[in-house]
Amino acid sequence: MKTHSIDVHALKRAPARAGDDDVCLRVEELSLHYLRSQNVALENVSLEIPRRRVTAFIGPSGCGKSSLLRCFNRMNDLIEGSVISGRVSLEGEDIYDRGVDVAALRRRVGMVFQSPNPFPKSIYENVAFGLRIQGVNKKRVLDEEIEKALRNAALWDEVKDRLDGSALTLSGGQQQRLVIARAIAVQPEVLLLDEPASALDPISTLRIEELIYELKTRYTIVIVTHNMQQAARVSDMTAFMNLGRLVEYGETDTLFTNPREPQTEDYITGRYG
Amino acid sequence: MQGDQHSQYRQHISGQFNAELDAMKNHLLEMGGLVEQQLSRAITSILQRDSGEAEAVIAADREINTMELQIDEECLRILARRQPAASDLRLVLAVAKSTTDLERIGDEASKVARQAIHLSELPPSASGVNEIRQLGSHVGAMLRDTLDSFARLDVGRAIDVVLDDNRVDEEYDAAMASLETYMRQDPAHIRSVLFEMWALRGLERIGDHATNIAEHVVYLVEGVDVRHMRMDELRALKASVSVRPGL
Repeated sequence: MKTHSIDVHALKRAPARAGDDDVCLRVEELSLHYLRSQNVALENVSLEIPRRRVTAFIGPSGCGKSSLLRCFNRMNDLIEGSVISGRVSLEGEDIYDRGVDVAALRRRVGMVFQSPNPFPKSIYENVAFGLRIQGVNKKRVLDEEIEKALRNAALWDEVKDRLDGSALTLSGGQQQRLVIARAIAVQPEVLLLDEPASALDPISTLRIEELIYELKTRYTIVIVTHNMQQAARVSDMTAFMNLGRLVEYGETDTLFTNPREPQTEDYITGRYG
Repeated sequence: MQGDQHSQYRQHISGQFNAELDAMKNHLLEMGGLVEQQLSRAITSILQRDSGEAEAVIAADREINTMELQIDEECLRILARRQPAASDLRLVLAVAKSTTDLERIGDEASKVARQAIHLSELPPSASGVNEIRQLGSHVGAMLRDTLDSFARLDVGRAIDVVLDDNRVDEEYDAAMASLETYMRQDPAHIRSVLFEMWALRGLERIGDHATNIAEHVVYLVEGVDVRHMRMDELRALKASVSVRPGL
C-alpha cells in the first residue's frame, strides 16, 4: 500500500534544491533596474532551471518575467541604462563575467520572440544564417543541417519543396516554427521562448506546444507566457512572478493544483487584480 | 468569513464564475440536507416499523438521483468552460466525488426503509431496536458533521469524522454479535433479526460514505489526499492544521 507523508508543510514546500548535475541555469539574488524608470524590474530573484526540462514564467504584465528571460542571454545589455546585480550562471559559468563573449553566449542560448521575425530571405537562407556565421559553408553540410533543423522544428514536410521560396510567404505558425528551426540550427543548449504562440491561432499554438514537448529532450527550454493554460500544458516547472519578485517556483503539477502562496492562488484562479 | 463564498480567497474577476462555483457548492449542500432528512426518516421508519414513512423515503430517492445528475453536469460544465485551477479545481473535484457518495447514502437509506416495510409485516419484537437506534444516531451525526465541515471548510472537523469511522465499525460488529445472540435465544424472530441486520449493514455503509466525503473536504482545503492514511498520520495532520493560523 502507498504510504503517505504526514507533514503537510513538507508536501507544500518547493521541491528540494536540484543537484548541481541537473541545473542548467542558476540565478542568484538577481536584481535589475533601468535608470530611466524608478521601478525595479527584478528584485532579488533566485532560482535554478533544470536541464532538458521546460520551465515556464507566468505573471501579470510588467511582473518582470520577460526581463528575467532576457537576462539569460544578456539581451538587457542592449538597453541603455540597465543596471544588473547578482549572478546568472550557465552550466556553472557566470555569464556576466568580464571575459564572456556575448555573441558566443547567444549562440548557446537561443531566443524566439512573440511575433515571428524571419529574415526577408529564402526559407533555406533563414536556417543557414547562423551556420554561415559560424563558418559552415559547405553545401552538403548546410543541406544536412538545414533539413535536420527543419525536421526538428516540425516544418520540413511543409516546406521541403520550396526551400528557395521567401520565408515571408509562410503562415504565422510556419514562420514561428522556421524561427525555431533557425534558433536550433546552431545547436544551442538553451532555448528562450518569449510568448512564442501569442500571435498564433489555436491549431498553430498546439503545433508549437507539441514541438516544445519534443524539443525538451535535447534542449533546456524557458518559456514566458501570458496563457496560464499553456504553461500548465507544456512546462515541467513553473515560476510565478509579480512586481519583479519571484513569488513561487515549483513543479507545474503542484503549482496548478495546490500552490502554497495565496498570491499564486489568486492569480491562477483569476482572482488577481 | 467564508459564508456563501467557497473559500477564504478573494472573489474572482469574473463574477459569473464566482456565482457558478457558489451555486454548485450550494446545490451539493442542498442535496446533503435532503439525504440527511432521508436518513433520519428511514431510521424512524424502521424503529417504528412504519411502512408508510418507509414508502415515502423510497419514493423521495428519485429526487436525490436527479440532483446527482444535475450537480455532476454543473461540475462538467465548469471544467469545460472555465478550466478551473488550484482551489477551484479541487472544489469541483470534491463536489463531483461527493455527489456519488451522497447518492449512495440515499440508496442505503432506501435499503433501510425497505427493511422497515418487511418488518411492518412481522409480529412485533424488540430485538435490534437499541442497536439500530444507536448506530443510526451515530452515522446521522457523522453525516451532519461531514456536511458542516464541507460548508465551513473545517479540516479539523472533517478529520474527526474520518477518525470516527473506526468507532462505527466497532459498534456495527458489536451490534451484529448481539443480534446473533437474539437469534439463538429466540428462533421465532429470526426473520425480524435478519431484516434488522440488513438495516445495520446499510447504516454502517452510510458511515463509510460520510467518511469519504470528509476525505474530499480535507483534499479540498489542504490539497492532501488522506484516503488510506493511517490513524496516527491523520492525527498528526490534524495537529498540524490546528496550529496554523486562519483555519
